[in-house]
Amino acid sequence: MVGKPLATIVSAGLSKFGRRDGLYWRELFIEAATEAFERCPNLDPRKDIKAIFIGHMGESYEHQGHTAPTIADWLGLTPVQGFRLESACASSGAALRCAVMAIASGLVDVVLVGGVEKMTHRSTAEVTEFLAMASDFPFEQWNGLTFPGLYALMATAHMHKYGTREEQLAMVAVKNHRNATMNPKAQFQRAITVEEVLKSRVIAWPLKLYDCSPITDGASCAILVRPELARRFTDTPVHIIASAGATDKIGVHEREDLTTLLSARVASQEAYRMAGIEPKDVDVAEVHDCFTIAEIMLYEDLGFCPKGYGGKFIEEGQPEIGGKIPINTSGGLKAKGHPVGATGVAQLYEVYLQLTNQAGPRQVSGAEIGLTHNMGGSGASAFVHIYKRGD
Amino acid sequence: MVEVPPPPTIESFYKYIAEGKLMGVKCKRCGRIMVPPKPLCENCMAKDLEWIQLKGEGEIDSFTIIHVPPAPFSSIAPYAVAVVRLDEGPKIPGIVKGVTQPHQLKIGMRVRMVFEQTPSMQTWPQWPRYYFQLV
Ligand SMILES: [Zn+2]
Repeated sequence: MVGKPLATIVSAGLSKFGRRDGLYWRELFIEAATEAFERCPNLDPRKDIKAIFIGHMGESYEHQGHTAPTIADWLGLTPVQGFRLESACASSGAALRCAVMAIASGLVDVVLVGGVEKMTHRSTAEVTEFLAMASDFPFEQWNGLTFPGLYALMATAHMHKYGTREEQLAMVAVKNHRNATMNPKAQFQRAITVEEVLKSRVIAWPLKLYDCSPITDGASCAILVRPELARRFTDTPVHIIASAGATDKIGVHEREDLTTLLSARVASQEAYRMAGIEPKDVDVAEVHDCFTIAEIMLYEDLGFCPKGYGGKFIEEGQPEIGGKIPINTSGGLKAKGHPVGATGVAQLYEVYLQLTNQAGPRQVSGAEIGLTHNMGGSGASAFVHIYKRGD
Repeated sequence: MVEVPPPPTIESFYKYIAEGKLMGVKCKRCGRIMVPPKPLCENCMAKDLEWIQLKGEGEIDSFTIIHVPPAPFSSIAPYAVAVVRLDEGPKIPGIVKGVTQPHQLKIGMRVRMVFEQTPSMQTWPQWPRYYFQLV
């Protein structure tokens, strides 16, 4: 039996992703929030919204912290209570989990949840340094490991243990770029080839430039309500029927098996149990493809294929639109872009479009059940949510 | 006079590295060995820990070659970083000296720790570095 709704999405919005010169993150967030407000004319934001939960990884980019009140103020929502959640690249996954808990607790009826990051103010070297703060400092960073380097350690181990090939990693990038050409909000609008990926410059062997997600500006937003109230706001509700989070060791080197993202495994198993479904019941999923190897491991750790089969899974076209389970129809972090704090709720936005039949040329026909997996850093945190189209 | 052992901290770990010693702690309750040392046993939460010296030898569990490095490492790129499973059990990362190409390394190869005993930075953290070399 499919689980009962914990909270219901009645609207969502997303800024254009990419390089957004001349904007500060508070202004970018308004772009996402106003789309969510305009989609939901029955919502009176000042009157209805009782709390805001915002994912935001870093104050370093703009020397600006105190995120929640800044957003409440610039949206004209003060004195609404606000919370900023930080869990590296899973910051808005964490915000979503907290928003669901707030509604399920019965303490608030209507919340705004979202995330934001404005990264291109800074040089690539500075951004790399800010992002690295989400990894272990005294051992990983101190020994010259970068984020691509940490995922490269996983890739080397996966290739050694399961025979996964660099071509198979490249196929993930090719699929996600192809999907992004059908998403006008995606950062990249150009299809690429396996050859191009393999020939791109090495960042951290075996990962190359096109195995890595880009530096992106963007914001995401959704309105969540108590399920009983959903019909007051929309005719096309999407229910959140499972919400789970997990952690893993901060140092990748301390994990027993480098080929498994344990936080994804634990959180997804809890979410499937809560939703009363199995992985094969999922019609569409957005997963955290910060690097191509991550998506391969997630096919396995989210239960879409057996352990070690991830390389074959992409080679057989199973995660393509039209395949067994379309994954990252938005273009994923790889091609839609990865404004780190915004990513978790941006994943929700894509699933919301898919389950309400608004995804245009990339629509998965008849999608009823969706899943998002948002990961922090090198997998030390993960949040998994499962969604069901409202009847 | 009884010598008081240093606290089981990251700072102590690097003070020992400056002396050319790879030190960890062993839980007196459950026997877990932790490198780096942690103030609380990660297995049983006991605080009754004792310092032990490790041989600094082990095998490569995985590796990468970093081509785009963080700023402090720009002069040595490309360089190899491996996760090494020490013979006593724990795993730690480290740069493998003299390696710039993936074909020079294989998972399972034996390595030994070597020490740089002078502090690497003028400001915090004033830690020395350790490296690995193929044996
Ligand atoms: Zn113990």
